[in-house]
Amino acid sequence: MLDDFFMRALVAGVGLALTAGPLGCFVVWRRMAYFGDTMAHSALLGVALSLLMGFNLLLSVFIVAATVSILLLLLQKRGTLSTDALLGILSHATLAIGLVMVSFMTWVRIDLVGFLFGDILAVSRADVDLVWGGGILVTFAIIWMWRPLIASTVNPELAEAEGMEPEKTRLIFMLLMALVIAIAMKIVGILLITSLLIIPAATARRFSTSPEIMAVLASVIGALAVIGGLFGSLKFDTPSGPSIVVAALGLFILSLLTKPRTSGVDSSTASQGGQA
Amino acid sequence: MLQTPTKTVQPLVSLSGVGVRRQGRWLVRGVEFSIAPGEIVTLIGPNGSGKSTTAKTAIGVLKADEGRVERKAGLKVGYVPQKLAVDWTMPLTVDRLMTLTSSLKGAEIDAALEATGIRHLARAEVQHLSGGEFQRALLARAIARKPDLLVLDEPVQGVDFSGEIALYDLIKTIRNTTGCGILLISHDLHVVMAETDTVICLNGHVCCRGTPDIVSQSPEYQRLFGARGGQTLAFYNHNHDHTHLPDGRVLHADGSITDDCRPNDGHHGDILPTGGRAGPMRLGLGSGHVHGPNCGCGHDAAPRSEDSKGARRDA
Repeated sequence: MLDDFFMRALVAGVGLALTAGPLGCFVVWRRMAYFGDTMAHSALLGVALSLLMGFNLLLSVFIVAATVSILLLLLQKRGTLSTDALLGILSHATLAIGLVMVSFMTWVRIDLVGFLFGDILAVSRADVDLVWGGGILVTFAIIWMWRPLIASTVNPELAEAEGMEPEKTRLIFMLLMALVIAIAMKIVGILLITSLLIIPAATARRFSTSPEIMAVLASVIGALAVIGGLFGSLKFDTPSGPSIVVAALGLFILSLLTKPRTSGVDSSTASQGGQA
Repeated sequence: MLQTPTKTVQPLVSLSGVGVRRQGRWLVRGVEFSIAPGEIVTLIGPNGSGKSTTAKTAIGVLKADEGRVERKAGLKVGYVPQKLAVDWTMPLTVDRLMTLTSSLKGAEIDAALEATGIRHLARAEVQHLSGGEFQRALLARAIARKPDLLVLDEPVQGVDFSGEIALYDLIKTIRNTTGCGILLISHDLHVVMAETDTVICLNGHVCCRGTPDIVSQSPEYQRLFGARGGQTLAFYNHNHDHTHLPDGRVLHADGSITDDCRPNDGHHGDILPTGGRAGPMRLGLGSGHVHGPNCGCGHDAAPRSEDSKGARRDA
């Protein structure tokens, strides 16, 4: 069954969407959308370094994304610039350095578009194994630290006062995100990774009454978007990565048209502030 | 009063000479107190006086830059932070909030919600609660895990006056039934919970400490607070021997001015033992007690904006 390129794309895409669901919920809850973008953009620097040094691509992307997130933590502690500005600097600096480095390496021919927008139809059998292996690892890690993750998302000081370690939780969460970005790069591409994290989670919010339900729903909605996007790309001969995102957006718009399950989830409650 | 903390009981937490510094500035310094099981300690002081900092240091959320914080081994803390905003993107019902940091049995959750009077809201999303309901939910969450030490950072904020009395009554009941120690931060400089064993007034350091005066007997306060309020609320008489100048320096009763103020800096006549109770040692206006224009303690005769209840003992 996995001999067919389309089938491989489906299996890999669904595997990624299932992993991205719960992770995406935390990105939304913790207001880390721009942070996810920054990590994703830094992936191109990882690609360039991998080509330059001959490292394993996945490992190199993971290390660069993890380094950027730790760098951000350190810069935040110095507190001279807002997180917003720091993210803007890191995000575009790493992307630009990556692009410059790639242009210097005249001896390698790389498919830049493939890295930026993904090439899900070209996933190999090994890629499928990687997506599912990595996905299961990430999902188990999230289930294992679910309570501290939720508690430190609601309020890190409360979590710490009651015997948890929010700093450690945050660090592990960032590493998991770096791993998912490294895995997802090939499927939806650097520029669209965060959309696969955020859009299904945002869609799931209206139908959820607990964080757990929202995490599972986000996975299911993400998987539907991948299936819809891939079939759409086959039918209309459109690029697969962007098609998946468009399908996710379609589901999100549909969800806006339906009546929410819980009464009064409207813009008037959206003004409540949150903790990053 | 349930009991007087004695030296034989191991304190849940004790702070000695604790100071916290951020960006070269001391937020608090020279803080000394301890909390025994069953004891209620109330921290009061103007905004930015280091009340929350002190409480967070006591429970280990912040690290002390000097001094010592000792916590009983395996101390179980229940914490109600001053500010907690649940992002509206997270679907969180009151029921789910209860098990945020520990897993609980359904009966334990129900009992805590019942005690705080919000059982009917168990299925409501926390973002839809009013300020007072949300405070009750947070309190229910903190008590449901049966802590040894309950830390409440302004638990009555956003709660109306009768709700405030009800919450203080509830805190008293919690202390009496579970015997836990309670560290309470009050937003009010003069009115504290009547059951408080020790009041500590902070303004970057411990300005004064003592016991509150129960006012239930006075008909004047009966009229102000109602019969129930008079039993629940109490006045605290500040007892300062120094003044905070507008530039942050401290003017002592002996006329000297220092950058900060610590218990053993030689400017204070009376050094109180850790966790001890100071007897009423009042310094009248004529006895070297100087009031600066920005003296945040509000213990001079002119009405001040901090007095939310507008009630005071005439100087």
